[in-house]
This record gives sequence, C-alpha cells and structure tokens, in this order.
Amino acid sequence: MDILNAFLIIGALGLLLGLGLAYAAKKFAVKKDEKAEDILAILPGANCGGCGFPGCSGYAAALSAGTAPNGLCPPGGAPVAAKVAKILGIEAEETAERMVAFVHCRGNHELSQLDYKYDGIEDCNAAALLFKGDNTCKYGCLHLGSCIKVCPTDAISRDEKGNIMVNPALCIGCKKCTLVCPTKVIRMIPARGSHAIACNSNDPGGKVRKICQVGCIGCKICENKFPESGCKVVNFLSEIDYANPMTQIVQAAKACPTKCIVEAK
Amino acid sequence: MQRIATFRKGGVHPSDRKALSSSCAIEQLPMPVELIVPLSQHLGAPATALKQKGDTVEIGEKIGKASGFISADIHSPATGTIKEVRKVTLANSVACDAYVITVDNDAEPKQWEYHPFRALDAQEILAIVQDMGVVGTGGATFPTHVKLMVPKGKSVDALVVNGVECEPYLTADHRLMLEKTEHILDGIMIVAQATKPKKIIIGVENNKPDAIQALRAAINMADYPITVEPLKVKYPQGDEKQLLKATIGREIPSGKLPIDVGAVVLNVGTAYAIFEAVVLRKPLIDRVVTVSGEAISTPKNLRVPIGTKVFDLLSFCNGTSRQPEKMISGGPMMGFAFFDDQTPVTKGTSGVLALDHQKEHDAPTTACISCGRCVAVCPMGLQPTKLNKLIEHARYEDAMKLNLMDCKECGCCAYTCPAHLPLVHAMKIGKKMGRK
Repeated sequence: MDILNAFLIIGALGLLLGLGLAYAAKKFAVKKDEKAEDILAILPGANCGGCGFPGCSGYAAALSAGTAPNGLCPPGGAPVAAKVAKILGIEAEETAERMVAFVHCRGNHELSQLDYKYDGIEDCNAAALLFKGDNTCKYGCLHLGSCIKVCPTDAISRDEKGNIMVNPALCIGCKKCTLVCPTKVIRMIPARGSHAIACNSNDPGGKVRKICQVGCIGCKICENKFPESGCKVVNFLSEIDYANPMTQIVQAAKACPTKCIVEAK
Repeated sequence: MQRIATFRKGGVHPSDRKALSSSCAIEQLPMPVELIVPLSQHLGAPATALKQKGDTVEIGEKIGKASGFISADIHSPATGTIKEVRKVTLANSVACDAYVITVDNDAEPKQWEYHPFRALDAQEILAIVQDMGVVGTGGATFPTHVKLMVPKGKSVDALVVNGVECEPYLTADHRLMLEKTEHILDGIMIVAQATKPKKIIIGVENNKPDAIQALRAAINMADYPITVEPLKVKYPQGDEKQLLKATIGREIPSGKLPIDVGAVVLNVGTAYAIFEAVVLRKPLIDRVVTVSGEAISTPKNLRVPIGTKVFDLLSFCNGTSRQPEKMISGGPMMGFAFFDDQTPVTKGTSGVLALDHQKEHDAPTTACISCGRCVAVCPMGLQPTKLNKLIEHARYEDAMKLNLMDCKECGCCAYTCPAHLPLVHAMKIGKKMGRK
C-alpha cells in the first residue's frame, strides 16, 4: 500500500508542476523575431560594423523592423542582399557596389623625406600628435600600422619595402581602417577599379617634388593627354572617376612622371 | 628642525642640471632681422589678425585682437614691415597663422614711460593687463586678465606666486627673481590691488637660497605684506595644484580651478610682465628664455623679443657644440620636442634646450611588469599603469572613468618607469581619442 501512495504523490506532484511549467512557458514566453533570426543566420557574422550597426544582430533587427535599407552589408554583398530580400518579401534592389580600402600613398622612408626621427608609441595616432607625424608630407601614410591592428580580416599588411598594402580580395569594406587613420590616406575605392592614385597630397607640385619621389605633382598629363583615363586633377592631386570607363588608364599610368597611378590589385 | 613645506602625494627627484645656466645673468638678445609672430600664443581661441602683408608695424602696436573670452591680444615686438602672413607649426604642434616681420633696424628705440599704479582700481588694472596681452609665462599661457577676474561671490584668500621653477635646466625665473626683485614685487602688489587677497605667498624651491634671500630683503625694504615660503626640492612642486597643497594646504578638486578654493596662482615671470604692462604700459613683447642643455656651447639666460627664431637664439649662444639628440621647447619634463630651428619663441617659451645623447633614452622599452612605481609617483593619484593598458587596447572611455583627464602630463610616471614605457605619450593619445 505504502508503495502505491509514493507513486500517487510523486505522480500528482509531477503533473501539477508540469502544468505550471507549461502555463509559464506560454504566459512568459519571450517573443522572438523570427525574421531577424533568419536574417542573422544569413549575414556573414563577421561583426565588422561596416553597415553602421553594432554587429550583425543589430543590423538584422533593424532590417526586420524595416528601419534599415537592404544591401548595407559590405562583406555579404549582392548574394546576401538577395537572400535577405527573399526573407523580407521585397525586391532585391540594386545593391551598392563592393568597395575596398586603398592606401593612397606609396611613399616610404627611402622615397620620401622625414622631418624628424620618431621613436614613440607604435601607433599612427600617437605619431600624429607630434607635428602630424614624422613625414614632411603631412598627407602621407605614417607606416605605423594602426590600420593593421583594427582590420578584422587581416587584409592589411606591410610589404617588404615597408609600405602598407590592402589585399582587396580579403577586404570586406568595413571602413574601420579609414576611421582610425589620422591622415585619411586610406579611402574606399570600387573593387572593380583596376587602378588607383597612390598619393594623397594636396601640396603644390614643387613642394611634393622636393619631399617625395612618388607623389602626385598635379602635372595634369593624365587628365589632358588621356581624357578617357578618368583622371582629373583637383587641388594638385589626380583623382580617378570610377564612373568613367577608364579605357586609357593603362597608358596614363605609363605616362605618369612620378608613377603614382598604380594597379589596385 | 623646521619642516619645509611640500606636497605629499607622489613626485620625483630628477637631476636639476640648473648649474649650467643659473649663474648667467640675463642678457639682452640683439634684435634679430626677422621675427615670426604667431597669432596663437595663448590657451584659447587664436587672435584675429589686424594687419596684412606689406603693412608697417610699430613696436608695441596691437597686431592681433583677442577673438573670444579666453584669448589674448598680440603686439608687435619690433618696428618693421610685415613680409608675409604664413602658416606655422609651433613647438607644441599647434598650427596657426603667423606674421613674418622684417625688422627695421634704424627705428628709434622706444622709451617706455613710467605710470603710477597705486591709485588704480581692480577694473582699470584688468583692462590694462588685457590690453597689453599678458598671459601666464610659466608655460600654460592662460590669459592673465581672465585669471585675475574674481567671479562674483568668490573671494581670494591667498595669492600664491610661483617662483618654484621645478623643471630641470630652466633658470629664467630664478634669474628674474634675482635681477628684477623689486619689479616682481611691485607686479605682485598690482595683482593684490586687483584681487584683494587675505595673504600673499611666494613659493620658491629650496635650491634657490639666493633668490629667497633677495626676495626677503626686498620685501623688508619695501615693507610689503608678502611671505616667502621655501619649498622642498621635488618635481612637480611648481604645478599649481601641488603648489597650493604645499603653501596653503588646499587641494583643487578634479576639474576645478584655483579660484574655487579661494586662491590665485601666478608665475613670477607673469608678475614681472604685469609690472611692465601696468607701470610701463609695455605689452608682453619679450620674455626671458633659458638656452641650455649639454649640447649648447655657452648656456645663457636671454631676454628675447617674442617671435625670435630658435636659430637666432642658438647662434647667439655660439651654436651647439655637438649634434643634439633632441631639441626641446620648455623644460625636459613637460616641454615639447621640436626639429625646426625656424620655430619662433612665443609667450610661453621658458627655455630652449639642446640635449645630448642620453643613455637612458636609448634603453629599449620592455613590457610593463605592474610594479606600480608610476602609481607611487603620480602627484594626481592616478594609476598610469592601468590607464596605459586601457589606452593600448583603445578602451578610452574606461580610461576616462579612471580620471584620465586629471593627468596633467607632468611626466613623473614616464620618468620613473623601469620599463621605459612612453606613458605620457599614451596619456596624451588617450585624452585625444577619448575626447572624440
């Protein structure tokens, strides 16, 4: 008899608690945004912040709530945007084209002049506190690699000459390097662009000539002789208009006296 | 034994190296052929240019007008013509416009007339000080008229005059106290007339007994209500926060000013500038600069027009005896390293140092072992070791929570660090990035 009592009591308790739990699960259920969950599963999960939201989950929530436009994810690009559009039930719009970071400077300690010997903290922003860096050219790369430290995909490295280079294949376009760079020598260019200007200096040509062997002197050869190259000189600095078909860019690069139109690969 | 007043928390004892120039009387630098007068020589907004290229200027003429509440007027240090207005970068990395003045050497030297000052009231004194472009000459270059303006509801318990000069090498204030003793005291009395303090104290570090003696003798002669307080030789005794703690025992709370604890702090050099401004109506157009360091052939204390290029200073001191490892504007602890000998002397330049190759400087930096020496010497009671780590990992907000902004970059932590970590540099970058 005793043994039956034990069974009954435990059984009744189990039933009661089970019902309680079942009720609590319904009553206090956390509403999940399933759309956001699905979108989060599609996003690359790099948490790079390139979209301007705090990580992928932030962007997923904003997409689901309809407060953010589709196609902001630089690492995901068009394929991810298409999948997200499917979940949201909208047309996949023309996504912004893939942009990659490019260091607009090929000067280094051999080719360009220095003002002084810097021996402080290995950080570009630290060097920029002292006369905007040790370069005589105040527009150029400081070579201390603050961008290397912030890059989430290790796309930025130093080559054998000491120049800082971005590998466009690895770059996910999160723009973190452009934000940390004190001289703003890293800017975004379209990934399809075959060439880029490897100079950032707005100094007049005469001054650039004196302090750097590979700086743009604003001679306008690229702009005047090769109008189809897409180059245009503004403020003593040539800039490529990537909307232009750039059919003559290879010739322009050859003709550039300081060879500062370089291949962007 | 009588106890010598000092501040309690932290501090270091760097070798003072003042013997190089402390016995050199102040010499007048002959007027250079060209001056570079920057429009931003003070804390706060740069002055607005009043002159253009090609204009002629008279010595003492106002050429820059204060452009805000915390700003100061700029006057021409010489008679001549403005060759051009050019962008310059000063030793402290401030970039601003500057007049390049070609000095007219045939101009008659200006005679500064004596004006009685005893009858002036506070408003008149403030107006004159402002009009003469006086700023603190100790290095921070805070506009003096703002400092002397006592806000309503506050009164000045103590006027503390800073004759400490705790930075190594510098002897400009020391020489000024010896050679212009009476003028400094008159300057202090003018400030007293304007701020009505209950007591007046001059703090002088104990390594300048001759200055203490000279000041005391002159005070006795003139019968002024001023006490001279000898202070312990310890860096940074001359910082206004440490000086107030040592002389009147009050601590300035974080983010507050001396006036909030009822004190006005003033450098002896500023007192002298005030004397010249009020009594001679002479604007702040020259100052005493110590040119020293092991690489200088003949270290000197020079009275130089504002805007003199460092090149002219060095050539007057027979140049450098060897290639200097580092050129510094100001003192070695808080000064700014610079590289261009065309850099001009400004109202805040207390010294120009050419330092020789330093062994300590060459020592490689190693990892922080958290020994805590920097914590022990920080006069502000901060934890440089922790701040440094936070800044290294770009956690600027967390560093700000640990009162990074209270750091005044005195350099005690970096001086004492056995790992030779550039701690002050880290604090500076932390502040800059944290403000963003």
